[in-house]
Amino acid sequence: MKLKLKVNDYDVESEVEPRLLLVDYIRERLGLTGTHIGCDTSNCGACTVLVKFPSSKRFVSLKSCTFFAVQADGCEVKTIEGLSKEGKMHPIQRAFWENHALQCGYCTPGFIMQAYSFLEEHPSPISEEIRRGISGNLCRCTGYQNIVKAILDASKEMGVV
Amino acid sequence: MAITAIFGARVKRKEDPRLITGHGTYVADITPPGTVYVSFLRSPYSHALIKRVDAAKASALRGVLSVYTGIDFKGRIGAVPTGWPITTDPPIKIPEYYPLPLDRVRYQGEPVAAVVAEDRYTAKDAVAMIEAEYEPLNAVVDQEEAVKSGAPQLYDSVPNNTSFVWHLQGGDIEAAFAKADTIVKQRLVNQRLQPTPIENRAVLALYNQGTGDFTIYATSQAPHIHRLLLSSMMKIPEHKIRVIAPDVGGGFGSKITVYGTDAIVGLIAQDLKRPVKYVEERSENFLSTTHGRDHIQYVELAAKKDGRMLGVRVTSYANLGAYLSTASPGVPTYLFGLMLSGAYKISAVDCKVYGVLTNTAPVDAYRGAGRPEATYLVERMTDLLAREFGMDPAEIRRVNFIRKEEFPYTVCVGIQYDSGDYINTLEKALELADYKGLREQQKRLRENGKLIGIGISSYVEMCGLGPSRAVRGTGFALGLYESAVVRVHPTGKVTVLTGTSPHGQGEETTFAQIVAEELGVSIDDVEVVHGDTGAIPWGMGTYGSRTTPVGGGALALAARRIVEKGKKIASGVLEVAETDLVFERGRFHVKGAPSKGLTIQEVALSSYQSDRLPQGVEPGLESTVFYDPSNFTFPFGTHVCVVEIDRETGVVRIVKYVAVDDCGRQINPLIVEGQVHGGIAQGIGQALYEQSVYDENGTLLTSTLQDYALPTAMELPEFLTASTVTPSPHNPLGVKGVGETGTIAAPPAVVNAVVDALSHFGVKHIDMPITPEKVWRAIREHSR
Repeated sequence: MKLKLKVNDYDVESEVEPRLLLVDYIRERLGLTGTHIGCDTSNCGACTVLVKFPSSKRFVSLKSCTFFAVQADGCEVKTIEGLSKEGKMHPIQRAFWENHALQCGYCTPGFIMQAYSFLEEHPSPISEEIRRGISGNLCRCTGYQNIVKAILDASKEMGVV
Repeated sequence: MAITAIFGARVKRKEDPRLITGHGTYVADITPPGTVYVSFLRSPYSHALIKRVDAAKASALRGVLSVYTGIDFKGRIGAVPTGWPITTDPPIKIPEYYPLPLDRVRYQGEPVAAVVAEDRYTAKDAVAMIEAEYEPLNAVVDQEEAVKSGAPQLYDSVPNNTSFVWHLQGGDIEAAFAKADTIVKQRLVNQRLQPTPIENRAVLALYNQGTGDFTIYATSQAPHIHRLLLSSMMKIPEHKIRVIAPDVGGGFGSKITVYGTDAIVGLIAQDLKRPVKYVEERSENFLSTTHGRDHIQYVELAAKKDGRMLGVRVTSYANLGAYLSTASPGVPTYLFGLMLSGAYKISAVDCKVYGVLTNTAPVDAYRGAGRPEATYLVERMTDLLAREFGMDPAEIRRVNFIRKEEFPYTVCVGIQYDSGDYINTLEKALELADYKGLREQQKRLRENGKLIGIGISSYVEMCGLGPSRAVRGTGFALGLYESAVVRVHPTGKVTVLTGTSPHGQGEETTFAQIVAEELGVSIDDVEVVHGDTGAIPWGMGTYGSRTTPVGGGALALAARRIVEKGKKIASGVLEVAETDLVFERGRFHVKGAPSKGLTIQEVALSSYQSDRLPQGVEPGLESTVFYDPSNFTFPFGTHVCVVEIDRETGVVRIVKYVAVDDCGRQINPLIVEGQVHGGIAQGIGQALYEQSVYDENGTLLTSTLQDYALPTAMELPEFLTASTVTPSPHNPLGVKGVGETGTIAAPPAVVNAVVDALSHFGVKHIDMPITPEKVWRAIREHSR
């Protein structure tokens, strides 16, 4: 099937099998390996990317392991590689660094994309809301505390900007 | 340029920028041109004879290159070895363990055939087309059942499914029990867990036809061990294999293990002369990557009525799964038994461990490996004893602690604890938690029918594995030293090679801090390289909280050798006696004349120019150290957990969690805290949520993340962490290791808190994981 979409501001067109998962399309066809796979039951969230549907104005987070590539036809997709602008980290990325919010780093891109989507809807959250907001993503290293702190810090910085 | 106090600073991690921008490189991310993919057919049965495997249809599928079954590798592939064949009398029985079994499967998920195809989807399609016929056999999954007569037998060569009976004795156990005023008995279950790194295992093998060399990218915690065992399984000489562990997404012990699948993938690469990749799916990870814990322990604790503990007697049934994996025999024995006197002056220990084979996935190290099982036992028993005497759980610990002035302290089983101040961490934790206030609050709330409980756990653990002389004595196949190379380039920039293999622990930063401090250079000028057997001297890898005490120790010594050599070179260039030179903040200068000197960068350049080197000094500025520590290290601490229990639903909520840990000197407190957080999270996971569940047929019911309850951010509280610093005298840095403290300390802290909350009902013990149902039932049963 023909697939036409925008990924990290680039227009891409591909011929894909209908069953190809979006995460495999992103990783294997586009070579954007920053998006990871940690399960195949949409529990872990390592594959979280942002998608802007044609009918919508904003990016929402989506677990790309349970979404067909063809379902993203006509969408805009943002992956972790597309978050930094001109080599400058996004405030969420910076906050993850500052707060030691990652250890092995495998779940991190998913968390950052989820945080992006969450902060769009909750620009000034409290810790409990953040915990709920990231509860669809699993981290086995950090115990989440520094991730929550990082998102809180990012929200403050983004609020100022 | 002067850098001071980089050691001990909260430095942001050097590895982070690549990981938070999506530019990390994990094994699954690497796809050389021409890569083909392996998918495994796995047994649906936990115990069955393989009657027929017909791959004709699968092989005919377009895009399929080859299908392998056990017979295709017969004689060509060696057995999966265990690296820790412990010494027992009679000797340990090690059953044959082949990467692809020939005629019989012994756990659900054991690989039966391997399909190679041009892409992953086709490989999976083909797996579904293989026709496999099995004759199911009776299975046994529970270790206590497995040792009974009449139980299904996994191997003719292992009667009663008992691989070994290990017996450890220290002190006079009979005398201890004879002197006792009371004996507290309890059966404790330390349930089976699934380590669950978020990155599943992956392997990518490349074969070079020109040289006959293999390059194998693997999700490994110990690439050199990986190479050695792969060499043995693949029957390829060790020097023809290069193993690379790039970024690795967590391991928690499960990636120490070397798996047969990796050897299969390597040999297929040789056959097809193409890069071959296998990436595990989560369900495969849960079915066949090693699990952890799984002890059933019968414990007796003897004590005087003033609360002094005299002796511990333990019989433990350790479920090893269907085969002996890389380190599995040593985990439930030495790493467990040696810690059974905990932080206390217990003068006698008697521990018998049955190593039992069952129709379940192999069990091996999981974060803490043996020591959480020991600490849970000691700390639960201590609470049960306190309860027996009506003593405050804090007080009974004070009474029994080894005192600060008694270190080094040799415990009854013979190991020598290095240093400690156990009362100090206890008091600090109690103060931070407001223990007194909590007890009053508890009393008040109880009167209103509200249930809160306070749990204490004071632990000591054995880390920094370890002195080779000691570990070799346990049957471990190799020593446990570590290697380090410090290479100062002509420009003065530094490359560090370490034989450890960090995969989240942050040593690219902490090791750079060590070298920056020792050499007086900027941390930005130090690059830490790990995980490549092609570049790095033999190393033992990352586990057992050994990376910093042993690998960091090696590194500090290597850096100090650079300074020694640098001083010789500087003395030649400056034409002054070596004894007249001092090294400070990256500069060699003449005593009393600081203006006359050379920076380490200048010395490095001189060392490569080599025309002004003193007699007998070789060119270059590089040092290699293999460091074997003189002893283990013994981090310790106290955790306090406060829980609130909903008496209607049985739901346990952690309302406060305080951790005071002492891991010796800290190189980077930011990273230390992170390690503590993550460990506590896993410990809470064990206490309240996680458990591998097999049904009686050996079917794993927790084979997806839908079923295996990994804690999310919603289940975990905010942790309050603090530390004390008691340096270890056993390594050049005074560090002790901190990777496992959380999984060791947290389970008993949480369980003690839950039982404390329910104590007035008469509840004495609940086995982990403490689910709402168990709590609800306990309240019901005791309220009648």
